[in-house]
Amino acid sequence: MTPTYYLLLSALLFSIGAVGVLVRRNAIVVFMCIELMLNAVNLTLVTFSRINGKLDGQVMAFFVMVVAAAEVVVGLAIIMSIFRTRRSASVDDSNLLKY
Amino acid sequence: MSAVLAAAAAEVSTGEAIAFWVLGPVALAGALGMIFARNAVHSALWLVLTMLSLGVMYMVQQAPFLGFVQIIVYTGAVMMLFLFVLMLVGRDSSDSVVEVLRGQRLWATVLGIGIAGLIVGAVSRSLTDVPVENLQQQNAGGANVNNLGKSIFTEYLFPFELTSALLITAAMGAMVLGYLNRHEKGMKRTQKELVEARFRGEYERPSPLPGPGVFATANSVATPALLPDGSVAPESLSRLIDSTASETFSDEIKSVAGTEPGPDAHALTPSTKDTSTTDTKNTEDTEETR
Repeated sequence: MTPTYYLLLSALLFSIGAVGVLVRRNAIVVFMCIELMLNAVNLTLVTFSRINGKLDGQVMAFFVMVVAAAEVVVGLAIIMSIFRTRRSASVDDSNLLKY
Repeated sequence: MSAVLAAAAAEVSTGEAIAFWVLGPVALAGALGMIFARNAVHSALWLVLTMLSLGVMYMVQQAPFLGFVQIIVYTGAVMMLFLFVLMLVGRDSSDSVVEVLRGQRLWATVLGIGIAGLIVGAVSRSLTDVPVENLQQQNAGGANVNNLGKSIFTEYLFPFELTSALLITAAMGAMVLGYLNRHEKGMKRTQKELVEARFRGEYERPSPLPGPGVFATANSVATPALLPDGSVAPESLSRLIDSTASETFSDEIKSVAGTEPGPDAHALTPSTKDTSTTDTKNTEDTEETR
């Protein structure tokens, strides 16, 4: 086996996450699927860092983690405020941005 | 010759292969479980499984720092935040089964399989004979964190500073979105408005309900307040225990109100005859019932 297998695994995880974003209706689960896609990309970055023998990939994965954490905080706050006004966390129910 | 060398260099150790073949299916199972779980909390736990196995994979792949950050930040912080929000959103957390767009699930699955096929095909065709230069030099003597820090604070200093702005913005955004002003006009009545509304007759009575009884033997909510004439104040009874309270405490109410005859003055005088007769009566009764 070669490190390429990690890339294949990450491709599979990424596509599973993409299908989840398209299929699931709960906004929080959609967010989790986005997290899964980000994690798959992180695995790719770490594997490329190892293949190339440089640490730049790991630094990029680190930044991806930072951005993912910020995104989760804001996204979950938005979901909470939508839930407060509409009493629902389903992505089908929120078709207007303010009311 | 070079191809053979490259193939030899690209091979990983047996231990890593075992780790991969154990953790890879676990990660895939976690991802699939997250998609197929009906309950959102179960989805979160499946995702935790995937993230943990990915963290171990980072460690195996010569990225120990990222592996630990993955476990601490992602599974420890981010997923717990997800679970907190799921618990706040509560009963709405399970997914609806209704398909709003017809055939959306089918087409999404087809699309996902297509994406997976494309990426897997491209990667497996183009990256089979890539020579792997491992990170032994950079990680020698546990210097992974040192070299990462050096790289972040020299080469990637500006992006790093930008992330600080991003994090502060995210914190502000979360506070703005999550803040709920309960003292705003119209959100909640002030004390003055409440008093005026009471005397205008918007409520049943202007004063609060009477509390548990002044002369009561207990400060339980079930103990009713007594009016000056000794009767029970009906408003002081909780609506939940309204039916039971008056029956349960009828004896106590009587004794407190003084309507019941007091204890017998001759109760302590020795009158063995009476008690013995009543005792025999009782035993006879029980025997009859048997």
